[in-house]
Amino acid sequence: MKNRVVVTGLGVCAPNGVGISAFAKALEEGKSGIRHFTELEQLNFSCQVAGKPNIKNINLNNYFSNVQLKGLDSSGLIYGVIAGLDAWKDASLEKGNSNDAPDWDSGILFGTGILGVDKFRESIYKVDEGNVRRLGSTSVIQTMASGISAYLGGILGCGNQVTTNSSACTTGTEAILMGFERIKAGKVKRMLVGSCSDSGPYVWGGFDAMRILPRKYNDNPQAASRPMSAAASGFVPGSGAGALVLESLESALERGATIYGEVLGGAVNSGGQRSGGSMTAPNNEAVQRCIREAIINSGISTKDIDAINGHLTATSKDATEIKNWSKALERSGSDFPYINSFKGHFGHCLAAAGSIECVGTLLQLKQQKVFGNLNSEDLHPEINQIIAANKVPQETIPYPLHSIAKASFGFGDVNACVIFGNYIN
Amino acid sequence: MSFTEEEKYQKLKTIVASYLPDDVTADAIQMESNFTTALNINSANLVDIVLDVEDAFDIMLENEDMDGMLTVKDALLIIDKKIAEK
Repeated sequence: MKNRVVVTGLGVCAPNGVGISAFAKALEEGKSGIRHFTELEQLNFSCQVAGKPNIKNINLNNYFSNVQLKGLDSSGLIYGVIAGLDAWKDASLEKGNSNDAPDWDSGILFGTGILGVDKFRESIYKVDEGNVRRLGSTSVIQTMASGISAYLGGILGCGNQVTTNSSACTTGTEAILMGFERIKAGKVKRMLVGSCSDSGPYVWGGFDAMRILPRKYNDNPQAASRPMSAAASGFVPGSGAGALVLESLESALERGATIYGEVLGGAVNSGGQRSGGSMTAPNNEAVQRCIREAIINSGISTKDIDAINGHLTATSKDATEIKNWSKALERSGSDFPYINSFKGHFGHCLAAAGSIECVGTLLQLKQQKVFGNLNSEDLHPEINQIIAANKVPQETIPYPLHSIAKASFGFGDVNACVIFGNYIN
Repeated sequence: MSFTEEEKYQKLKTIVASYLPDDVTADAIQMESNFTTALNINSANLVDIVLDVEDAFDIMLENEDMDGMLTVKDALLIIDKKIAEK
């Protein structure tokens, strides 16, 4: 007997909202989290707009001990711990006391692309000055990729698997599916899953150098990220973290937990960087297979998909993604499901994108609404040839949602697609 | 720079206090307190205490000095020795 897996807690640290209620409101009302950064201008970035969570008013003492806060300079780690602990609390779960035995039934699968770049920079300067003895004790734990799962694991006292995955912009969605598989297989009762991504020029610079970020919106940041738009000219770099508590249905019912939705299934694959796929571009056949396998794995059919939250980063390739969805689902025109991308609101949060967007997707399911797209009003003509324009809502609309597909695609030609369903008792 | 014994003790106490777990208060710091077993300070943080001591007293501690630094009293003796050597 395989376990059913439900979502019982959500946490988020996003550029347009920190905490579930602020984030839900921002998505519903179309509030942008994209700003101009003087720092990027001074460093001669072509794209000087970005998405960065505003944590100025967050009391970090609610998340970290005083000792942990000393010399803490890893933004992704901070976002990840905020989102992770918020999700745990949202699921009405307790932090283990430091004297308690580990919670053997709970694990963590929390991904990242690169962690603690600002801390690493500080360390590099000291090493180059011949001053390695002055690094202090936390340069390793703040910069190791698994620092995020290690911090969360220690704070919560989790005794099951505690690990970090990394698959570029697929990371967050992949983490959810890895946690889902582990619960389904009966190896654990609950998993805190999610991902985080650092802010700042050292993370975003490489993308600026690739000339794949928009350059013409430095004086109009909120219009810069334009998924599915005819004027889409590149993705706006973002940062933050999203977290979900996944739990076996049995455990959730036993605890009387609030259920946001069910993870019906999913799939991950790679296009092998063949047949049009490359380090930076997806193999279309692989994308379509991933979506189809996710639907089969979920035990539903393509016509059951009520809405899609796409990867849709706001590059000229968005039309290709729509084509892939249309082929995989064998649906087009006005038969196509509603589709949106939250990247218009907060940019592309890289390794954190999948988890933040899955949090938004579950909020849609819970509220039975499709959140409106931002900056997609001038729909790309190639997209309009495939699907009806009203399938790309510009405003939030109430709509009965039974199942939503969410996909993420990443550098390395890797894909992940998860299907969330409305939990019906 | 010269410090009275009391000044040295207070300075050290302030540094040590900043590495205490949240459930241990600064009152727990006594001359004979062992950093890790009595005060429950994470042994990795002893490295940070040493760096803060170096900054506060303008001295430099060797790895061997750190090995012998188990209690508050040990630390004060090492600080005295390093100040005297300057």
